[in-house]
Amino acid sequence: MRVLGIETSCDETGIALYDTERGLLADALYSQIAVHSEYGGVVPELASRDHVRKTLPLIQQVLDDAGITRSELDAVAYTAGPGLIGALMVGAGVGRAMAYALGIPAIGVHHMEGHLLAPMLEDNPPDFPFVALLVSGGHTQLVQVEGIGRYELLGESLDDAAGEAFDKAAKMMDLDYPGGPHIARLAERGTLGRFTFPRPMTDRPGLDFSFSGLKTYTLNTVAEHALDNGLPDDQTCADIALAFQEAVVGTLVIKCRRALKQTGYKRLVIAGGVSANKSLREQLEAQLAKIGASVFYARKEFCTDNGAMIAYAGAQRLLAGQTADLAIQVTPRWPMDQLTPAGTDAHD
Amino acid sequence: MQRLLPMVHEVLAEAGIGASELDCFAFGRGPGSFTGLRVATGVVQGLAFGADRPVIPVSSLATIAQGFARSHAEFSGTLAVAVDARMDEIYGARFSVDGNRVTALGDELLVAVDQWPAALCEADAICGSGWQLAPSGIERASVCQIDIEPDAQDVLTLALQGDVMPICATQALPVYLRDSVSWQKRTRVRTTSL
Repeated sequence: MRVLGIETSCDETGIALYDTERGLLADALYSQIAVHSEYGGVVPELASRDHVRKTLPLIQQVLDDAGITRSELDAVAYTAGPGLIGALMVGAGVGRAMAYALGIPAIGVHHMEGHLLAPMLEDNPPDFPFVALLVSGGHTQLVQVEGIGRYELLGESLDDAAGEAFDKAAKMMDLDYPGGPHIARLAERGTLGRFTFPRPMTDRPGLDFSFSGLKTYTLNTVAEHALDNGLPDDQTCADIALAFQEAVVGTLVIKCRRALKQTGYKRLVIAGGVSANKSLREQLEAQLAKIGASVFYARKEFCTDNGAMIAYAGAQRLLAGQTADLAIQVTPRWPMDQLTPAGTDAHD
Repeated sequence: MQRLLPMVHEVLAEAGIGASELDCFAFGRGPGSFTGLRVATGVVQGLAFGADRPVIPVSSLATIAQGFARSHAEFSGTLAVAVDARMDEIYGARFSVDGNRVTALGDELLVAVDQWPAALCEADAICGSGWQLAPSGIERASVCQIDIEPDAQDVLTLALQGDVMPICATQALPVYLRDSVSWQKRTRVRTTSL
């Protein structure tokens, strides 16, 4: 079965073609980072405008790259939520209508289920069950995963998502948007130990997160060392970036270990934009090796939003017999534990 | 959004044909509500791409003018359409109407209500919700229909008239007219990346 995947939930237009027999056939991505960076964050109206321009040309490109025609598609999968409503509507509208015109089934996919299953596209995919750390600009969640659609939320951020904290810390030091990669690059030049930032909520039991206190601590440190232009000198910025990243990564590692201990599982999947962070990957691998657990993650370009994960997740749902009806539905706020296990009645 | 495809399906079923048997897709490309335009555009892009057929984009203001012509068969002359664009602005355009034949006169405008364009006042007839916003002192033509919305059958009439060339589905895009909404940009201190 050849499934076209369409992802338009935020600021990337991602299109891919996944074959359940042959694997990933093609994928393409258009990132709107340049559009939004001068605003310091995603402007929803501009995001929607870009998606409606880019979606079809990228679909054409993916079909051309894979060397197949539109009539050889077997199904269309699109992100139905969570995300920006106007952005979701573009991908869902194009995808559902195209499937109708082609006379093939369509399926609305949960964006975070896409992220969670993205490591399945790699050569060494994890077996069920596992614990998943979903960590992005919009989410910080620990989820117990027993199978597709069988998710139990173990803990989540009570305020900012980890990726959001990265963005805001970057903004405090006037770094470019999105903040994650810029903080990480700057941190490489930082002096370990010059600053030590608090690891929020690690001294308390439970698997919830909080990053707003760390954000305030960062803001105060930046202000304390600010020069006339309002910013600390470049080395101090690097030291702050390192201390900030260490605090976020340290917190995530502690909670992941705790989640594995609580569930008794030996596999951890990390997914979402922040899972591309090198320090997070290295520290998790080192710490989890000590308890005999292993870490799984997607290649870097599939950590951030992409069409491949939507095509893959959609294919699993379709194989289980689920399809979307003709009423196009998007769900901007959609808790993951509301998903149904594959093989039972679908969301749509 | 939820009703669009079921309605498409119902119309096709009533006509007893499938989507792949259509020759062309016409849609209202705006101006109008941004989200509404994108719903229609996204769905028509998907339908036309799936069916491998071209698209005819039709102006929403022309569609209103065509609807006016349909319900005023006796009218012949110039028509000024004005639609509420929110933010104290209107979308406006002038047309000549001769029987069922509607032709655009000049460009479509996005203007502030308090700078009501003189060109719109010189028409023989007026229509559209935007006229409710006209400042007092603006003279209204005696032939007037405020309460009028774009109708799909008028989109079809305009598409079949042949004034607009069919385009590829990938080129089917909304016409917003309002392209420079002033979102606040961030202020930067750094001149180079760190």
